[in-house]
Amino acid sequence: MTVVIDRTKPPEGDQAHKGPQSAAERARKKGDAGGGLYKPRAPIYPKLVQGRWRNIKWVLLVLTLATYYVTPWIRWERPGDLPDQAVLVDFAGRRFYFFFIQLWPQEVYFITGLLVIAALALFLTSALFGRLWCGYACPQTVWTDLFIYIERMFEGDRNARMKLDASPMSFNKAWRKGGKHVTWLAVAFATGGAWIFYFHDAPSLLRDFWIGQAPVTAYVSCAILTFTTYTLAGTMREQVCIYMCPWPRIQGAMLDQHSLQVTYRFDRGEPRGPHKKGASWEGRGDCIDCNACVVVCPMGIDIRDGSQLECINCGLCVDACNEIMVKVGRPKGLIAYDTDAAVAARACGEKPAYKLVRSRTLYYAGALTLVGGLTLWGLSTRSPMDVHVLRDRNPTFVRMQDGDIRNSYTLKIANRTFEPFTAQVAFAGVAGAQLKTPGAEVTTGPVALTVEPNQVRAVRVFVTAPREALPEANMPATFSVEAAGATQAVTTSFLSGAANAR
Amino acid sequence: MSKRETDEITGVETTGHEWDGIKELDNPLPRWWLWMFWAGVAYAIVYWVLMPAWPGVSGYTKGMMGHSDRAQVAQQLEALQQVRGEGAAQLTNATLQEIEADPDLQQYALAVGQSVFGDNCATCHGIGGAGAKGYPNLLDDIWLWDGTLDGIHHTLQVGVRSGAEGARFSKMPAFGRDQLLTSAQINDLTELVLVLSRQDGDREAADRARPIFAEQCVSCHGPAGLGDQTQGAPNLTDGEWLYGASREEIRTQIWSGRNGVMPAWAGRFDDETLKALAVYVHANAGGR
Repeated sequence: MTVVIDRTKPPEGDQAHKGPQSAAERARKKGDAGGGLYKPRAPIYPKLVQGRWRNIKWVLLVLTLATYYVTPWIRWERPGDLPDQAVLVDFAGRRFYFFFIQLWPQEVYFITGLLVIAALALFLTSALFGRLWCGYACPQTVWTDLFIYIERMFEGDRNARMKLDASPMSFNKAWRKGGKHVTWLAVAFATGGAWIFYFHDAPSLLRDFWIGQAPVTAYVSCAILTFTTYTLAGTMREQVCIYMCPWPRIQGAMLDQHSLQVTYRFDRGEPRGPHKKGASWEGRGDCIDCNACVVVCPMGIDIRDGSQLECINCGLCVDACNEIMVKVGRPKGLIAYDTDAAVAARACGEKPAYKLVRSRTLYYAGALTLVGGLTLWGLSTRSPMDVHVLRDRNPTFVRMQDGDIRNSYTLKIANRTFEPFTAQVAFAGVAGAQLKTPGAEVTTGPVALTVEPNQVRAVRVFVTAPREALPEANMPATFSVEAAGATQAVTTSFLSGAANAR
Repeated sequence: MSKRETDEITGVETTGHEWDGIKELDNPLPRWWLWMFWAGVAYAIVYWVLMPAWPGVSGYTKGMMGHSDRAQVAQQLEALQQVRGEGAAQLTNATLQEIEADPDLQQYALAVGQSVFGDNCATCHGIGGAGAKGYPNLLDDIWLWDGTLDGIHHTLQVGVRSGAEGARFSKMPAFGRDQLLTSAQINDLTELVLVLSRQDGDREAADRARPIFAEQCVSCHGPAGLGDQTQGAPNLTDGEWLYGASREEIRTQIWSGRNGVMPAWAGRFDDETLKALAVYVHANAGGR
């Protein structure tokens, strides 16, 4: 059942809003008036609202910000000179530390896996519950919320802020505005400051930062993030979501009529209009056109226009409308998390059905399980050692004085553990092959190579074999390396040119 | 072609273009987008003033910051030298054997050696050191001169027939060109060399050449033709030939006695570079 609901027609004549307009509408008007190519930003003054979704948003705000600021300070004991920071992106040392996991640059596929998982999780959540990420967890939303909270501290709620903006400059206006911007900058600086701790040892960087000894990148990153936090959360806000972020456009492909979204139940609300206390509710909708949903919206839209690109699904209008519904004695939920299909069903007098299991959600869940499983499997079976064998190609082989043939290989053995290990390197595939490494004696058995913790060691290994042992010009051969309880075999070949031998 | 019309639902004009029934709304851009454009313009102007920017006829505008990529590279090279100073000092103080035995120092020496070899030696000996006709293969265990670590180091310092003091020197006479032997004698000698190296030589001719060999060749190549590293005389019995293994090539070498030259590197490289190069060549040869 596909239902196209069109409630986006502009109101006509006297039906036009008399109350507060949505910011989007004001901007549209202003842009039209200028007739220009460019649209000024219409300021949005979101009103504080109380309710269930607002409370959830406060809790998530504290949790996400706490995670962001505290994480770099968590310590995690590692042996030797290795960093003791639980989460650290060590660019200089080319390692990524995450508690007990430590990744090398060549294992970047784990990060890729993580990003694919994040993307699929976002798809699945969007298909099921709409843009929960946008409304609750996106840094843009969280910091904007925090900045609006600070704004409210200095300038008061919506009406006071509008009055203050309209008033001429005065001492009162100056200190309120000034205080707000200073606090914003302080928060922005703390945000940029916390970011750099993810890339260096936090306690020592904190000290170095203030005495001017930190790396230039730390100051530059901190400055850039201070600037972006201040502008994006302070002055850009919804513009980021509408014009900069690609996700609002992509999410159209994830949503369908069964996705939960903040929905104005027009079947129950229309026809809307002011309602006098005590008057009958017969023959009219529950929407009293009070605009409570519009004034609380941080995106400056009117949810009653239907689902739209700007809506971040934060549910603040749900809280606002519920408050009003209780006051006028109507049931809650005129605006609620609901699906287009359910609204359409109710409009036709049918019982709404909610379908969480759909082919779309199944595909997303399946892909998520697959990629998540693969990444986990990769992480859990990750070898503590990595071996690469590069055989010399110029020349491919060398003939020795006694007619023996020698091939040279460069072995790169990575020790991914935190302890030094001794790798036993054995060569198989050619009978009577002798191994030698620079500075060591010739041996027929395995060669022992010590590799420092968290390091790669590149060693040339010379393999010499008697001509009789080489019936083929190209003999398949194997280097097997054993260390730290793991064994890795790498296939290569032993070339002799025997087929062309005189 | 393009017909601008007003979209019914949004009340916004379209751009007037249509693709398969899809029309595009001509919504205004946000104003800050325009500011970013002007900010970009301002940035460019500031950049022109501060940084090298505009080409002229005989030069370019230098900019007030005095930035120069060339100077920066020079500075970085200098910094690199300082970083390398530590490793270089260790090379200076350690003996060749100590360098080869210490894994860290060995790694460092090999890295230096590889780079120096590629820049200076590869021209004749090849990138991998496999040599070419007239230029010895440095990867096998067959050496004209001493192939030990110290021997290689010495050859690198003084060269071969380089004219430097104490240079390695040996001379293969041009038996034919200088009329020391007749053409027939040289033919016989060629057959003997082929027989010595287990190739398909004429044994009768070889036997005829044995007295000549004893008279002319044994002093350097030895009675069995095994050569002598102290004199730089090649072994004639192995499969390795500096100037080729064929009858033709062997005869040419006896006739005109080519003697290649390797330069002395002592004056061109500092001590630690020479040491690193010796360790690199020794390691590449399997280090026997």
